[in-house]
Amino acid sequence: MKQQFDLLSPPCLAKSPTGITGLDEITGGGLPTGRPTLVCGSAGCGKTLLSIEFLVRGAVEFGEPGVFMMFEENAAELTANVRSLGFDLDELVEQKKIALDHVHIERSEIEETGEYDLEGLFIRLGHSINVIGAKRVVLDTVEALFAGLPNHAILRAELRRLFRWLKDRGMTAIITGERGEGNAITRYGLEEYVADCVITLDHRVTEQISTRRLRVLKYRGSSHGTNEYPFLIGERGISVLPITSLRLDHAASVERLSTGIARLDEMLGGLGVFRGSSVLVSGSPGTGKSSLGATFADTACRRGERAIFFAYEESRAQILRNMQSIGIDLEPWVKQGLLQIQASRPSLQGLEQHLVEMHDTVLAFRPAVVVVDPISNLTIERGDGEVKPTLMRLIDFLKQQQITTLFTSLTTGGSGTSAAEDSQVGVSSLMDTWLLLRNVEFNGERNRTLHVLKSRGMAHSNQVREFILSDAGIDLVDVYLGAGHVLTGTARVAQAAHERSVAELRQEDHERKLRQLASKQKAIEAQIAALHAEGEAEEAEVKCAIARETLQEKSTQQNTSAMAQLRGGPKTTNGDNQ
Amino acid sequence: MNTISTTEIFELRLYVAGQTAKSLAAFANLKRICETHLAGQYRIEVIDLLKTPQLAAGDQILALPTLVRRLPEPIKKIIGDLSNEERVLVGLNLQPVKE
Repeated sequence: MKQQFDLLSPPCLAKSPTGITGLDEITGGGLPTGRPTLVCGSAGCGKTLLSIEFLVRGAVEFGEPGVFMMFEENAAELTANVRSLGFDLDELVEQKKIALDHVHIERSEIEETGEYDLEGLFIRLGHSINVIGAKRVVLDTVEALFAGLPNHAILRAELRRLFRWLKDRGMTAIITGERGEGNAITRYGLEEYVADCVITLDHRVTEQISTRRLRVLKYRGSSHGTNEYPFLIGERGISVLPITSLRLDHAASVERLSTGIARLDEMLGGLGVFRGSSVLVSGSPGTGKSSLGATFADTACRRGERAIFFAYEESRAQILRNMQSIGIDLEPWVKQGLLQIQASRPSLQGLEQHLVEMHDTVLAFRPAVVVVDPISNLTIERGDGEVKPTLMRLIDFLKQQQITTLFTSLTTGGSGTSAAEDSQVGVSSLMDTWLLLRNVEFNGERNRTLHVLKSRGMAHSNQVREFILSDAGIDLVDVYLGAGHVLTGTARVAQAAHERSVAELRQEDHERKLRQLASKQKAIEAQIAALHAEGEAEEAEVKCAIARETLQEKSTQQNTSAMAQLRGGPKTTNGDNQ
Repeated sequence: MNTISTTEIFELRLYVAGQTAKSLAAFANLKRICETHLAGQYRIEVIDLLKTPQLAAGDQILALPTLVRRLPEPIKKIIGDLSNEERVLVGLNLQPVKE
């Protein structure tokens, strides 16, 4: 039983949390306790900041005091530099939570003669550690010694001894190093001595936008995320994305949210989108994406929920004004604190920086609905390959918070071409619902159409609807399909009018036919009546004749019998006399 | 020409860590050089950092042994066991006596 338990959860390497957002997730708990970690990267990539944050958070959050031994900046400079991140080193030094020691070597002041070692460095470090009871140590950047001390053989031997010594004293240490030429991790090969954990930092500028990246190159005795993760230096120190976990285990709500457009809800299985799902609205310019987004936010506010509208194209005032023109008044929601409009230039900073800002805003405001308008502006200068993982992290984060998100995306393809679909391949697979807005140019005018390209988990309509923006908001109307064309706009109206007039004509025709039939029937009836009357007349005549003849015969008989009486003859012979 | 003929007092400080072979050698070498070139014009202070580690930071001590020339200014540092007399003199900014 015991053995089985061990197999299931092997003894874990002790780790010291850095407290740096995201880094502990990637490393599965922090840096190896009691061992040195090498953090390397080129100048200005954030090595010093990462290590000082490691110390400050260690001292403040985890009760582990730390020694910061710096070889480049002096204590005053460092204190000033990190004050902008909200770290007050002076106070921490005073509280004996952090010790700063600036090691300065001036090559021109130093003459070298005979044998020496770096025991002085050990003594200084040991002294600082003892004074504050340090558990953490940072050496930043120990490589500066190579420039200050001419005898590299001694230096290398001493550094090896130093790292061993730190390990023996159980110090969780960060040793920073400059990136070397070519493929070398560090300029002076420090990775030879510090082999337990190596983190590389990188600062790249692509298309004039800079991105910092972090990678755990090596972590002896532990699994770790091996990717390059973008990281940022924000107002509260370093944040490494993913901000949230790498897992795909968010809950799925069955609750449905109205999009604010009744006909659209109808198209989406009659109920709208799922809470916590992501909706992509893509379309060429002027197809009404922003209006759809605003309607979505407006509807959320109407339900009394909070919404954030991230605008990367229009300013806050412009959005409020423009949405008013289609009957969406967002101002009251802003005043009530239900709606937050965050407008910024996409080129202001890199995608990651934007995402972290979104992340912070969302965490602070806790909205139910988030609208990003448009996401394509954020991703405009980046390849799909880079954007996708970053967006995935954002979407994951929002889903985990059960926030329903609507992203609009500008497609670069011309109106109504298949490029509309192609250009979205990068992000569309992350989306649960995808609405495509299109301009249809026909009959001398452009009209907007909408269809549901996909919508996970619901029976959605396959129909194209005409999308109408009016001063009463958005509405969807059935389009006319005929002769291979989808008819929209005036063509649709004309078609409707045409069909209406045809129907009217037919109606008249029917009425006329009915009238004709009626009069014909009347004529026939009249004829029947006439014939009937004729018959009656004939009958009367016949009867009259019969009666006359009968009367005649009777009178003849009377005459005969009277004559017979007169003649005295037998009565029976009357027939013979006629 | 900066020679020992100046009457300046050389204030020297030798940092060591305990009685190691290197520190003993350094002290012996220093004493000999001073006696040869700076007789009566020097003061040597030996600081054992094992006893007073807090003093290491003040003079930016890293390597041991380190000889610091505190006076005359500017401050000069010579690291190592001072076994190369010529280099020590260069480090102290002294010209060896030729006569």
